[in-house]
Amino acid sequence: MKYVLRKTGLLLLTLWAAVTLNFFLPRMMPGSPTDAALARLAQNGPVSPATRAAIEAQLGVPTGNIWDQYMQYLQNVLTLDFGVSYTFFPQSVAQLVLGALPWTIVMVGLVTIIAFIIGTLLGVLAAWRRGTFLDTLPTLTGTFTSAFPYFWTALLLLFFAGYVLRWFPTSGAYSPRAAPELSLAFVGDAAYHAVLPALTILITSLGGWILGMRNTMINTLGEDYVTFAEANGLRSRTVALRYAARNAILPNLTGFGLALGGVVGGSLLVERVFSYPGVGYLLYNAVTNQDFPLMQALFLMITVSVLLANFIVDILYGFLDPRTRR
Amino acid sequence: MTEKITTEAEPGQRPDAPPVRTAAPAPPWTVLVRGAATVWSVPKARFGVVLLAIFVILAVFAPLIAPYLPTDNSFGRSLPGSAAHLFGTTAAGEDVLSQVIWGARISVLVGMVAGLLSTLIAVLIGMSWGYTRGFLADVINFVVNLFLVIPGLPLMIVLAAYLQGGGLTMIIFVVVVTGWAWGARVLRSQTQSLRGRDFITAAQFSGESSFRIVFREILPNMTSLIAGSFFGAATAAILAESGLSFLGLGGAGSVSWGTMLFWAQNSNAILTGQWVLLFAPGLCIALLATSLTLINFGVDGLSNPRLREGKGR
Repeated sequence: MKYVLRKTGLLLLTLWAAVTLNFFLPRMMPGSPTDAALARLAQNGPVSPATRAAIEAQLGVPTGNIWDQYMQYLQNVLTLDFGVSYTFFPQSVAQLVLGALPWTIVMVGLVTIIAFIIGTLLGVLAAWRRGTFLDTLPTLTGTFTSAFPYFWTALLLLFFAGYVLRWFPTSGAYSPRAAPELSLAFVGDAAYHAVLPALTILITSLGGWILGMRNTMINTLGEDYVTFAEANGLRSRTVALRYAARNAILPNLTGFGLALGGVVGGSLLVERVFSYPGVGYLLYNAVTNQDFPLMQALFLMITVSVLLANFIVDILYGFLDPRTRR
Repeated sequence: MTEKITTEAEPGQRPDAPPVRTAAPAPPWTVLVRGAATVWSVPKARFGVVLLAIFVILAVFAPLIAPYLPTDNSFGRSLPGSAAHLFGTTAAGEDVLSQVIWGARISVLVGMVAGLLSTLIAVLIGMSWGYTRGFLADVINFVVNLFLVIPGLPLMIVLAAYLQGGGLTMIIFVVVVTGWAWGARVLRSQTQSLRGRDFITAAQFSGESSFRIVFREILPNMTSLIAGSFFGAATAAILAESGLSFLGLGGAGSVSWGTMLFWAQNSNAILTGQWVLLFAPGLCIALLATSLTLINFGVDGLSNPRLREGKGR
């Protein structure tokens, strides 16, 4: 219990630091993003004094001292009031984010889980059959594919499977004619559109899981209790899975938790190539259009989700491996 | 591996006896050569070294190797491959092969500089953090964890958006800011485990300053880890640069593999069937990054004999 309390305290402290960093980041940068932003907003028509004040509070046009600005900002964050987007003008930042979130979470989340399971199993196999074909093939392929830049894999798949072979649609998350609804036809259509982005993420992330699992498992295979289990004449599958893999999986599990947290923001390049309307693509649009409120809110959300995932992994880890609790 | 070995003179030795052979600390270049030999002895790492050498040669001698200037746009637009233009030309009329060769310069440069700077910060912070105890260590712990946990790519993109137009210096800065923490963490845990060794206690009792103990006594024992974190940081830097350039956040004027792909997508190279233009830059990024990862297989073997190649258990 003490362990959980300590971790919770640390989480709150880190959350505060991340929120504060997000506040100071635009203020430390040369030039004034606010003026550029206000000029942008003015193109859409006259800016009402209320909107202007809201943006000033958000971005920090020097009204009042920095302390007042900070307090105002904290209040805005706590009430999830991130202001209005410049690019998609009448829409609020919160609306945009909520619209993009499900696409990323479902598509990237599922792939992350699948990649983790397949990769870890292949890693166990590689370590157990070390030096054989089952080891060298996945290890070398994994090393190579995990060095692939995400966007390049995406571009190649887009080119060959999308344009040349015409197997899969080339952009978007569903057909332009379909309207988002909870019907079998729509879900099928969305899944069909998700194949290429998902495949990209699978190809580029699989290698990391294989290599990570293989390396820790080779270390646990050298432990005395594994030799002891073997000497006892246990079946080799039992030794591999119940003795070695069970202990070796802990670091990979940490990575898995972090990857789940990273789901929210980690697929930016892929979503950009396939114009997939998720969080990453939204962040890309915000950055290219210098839409600072949207950008700040997205960055904060991505950071917070990683922090929360980290926290959950820490707590779980304490239960799975009592040695870390101390 | 490089731990200092000093054979003490045996007690009761006659003064006229031949002097006991004392292993002096090996001069740095011998350590370097021996380390390189260990890395070279791993087949995977050997392949990586050869690959890296090819890219470095391409980068250094780009003006001699490339048939044209990368910015020369006096050729036909979107030409397919031919004898004059092996890889064809871009939509703006530049030679693709020349751009690929010149692009090696930026990737190798960013990898080297950003890798070195990240490693330097990681060494400075990681090692003093591992050696100090108490409140200061807790503070550094918090800061490093914060940097570790903030997602790298989004932070890089946000920073790059604020610093738009900064060119290569900005990219290196952004990559270093987001890339040093991992190395610092690794170096810290090793420093912590060395901190309790006898030779450190001996150094403390002989009155050496903390600075000297950390950087003259502990540091040489961590050469392999430091080399490993350099190659890791350089790989990350190369991938990060290409990603930022691909999003159009790099220097628009410079020719790098990332910007080539940026222009390829923006000029619809996919529709004109310029598959080499899509294929070549990305393959180069992947090969360069792989070469560094492969070298790291050999470097891992320096510090952890268990990871050295060999048949099973």
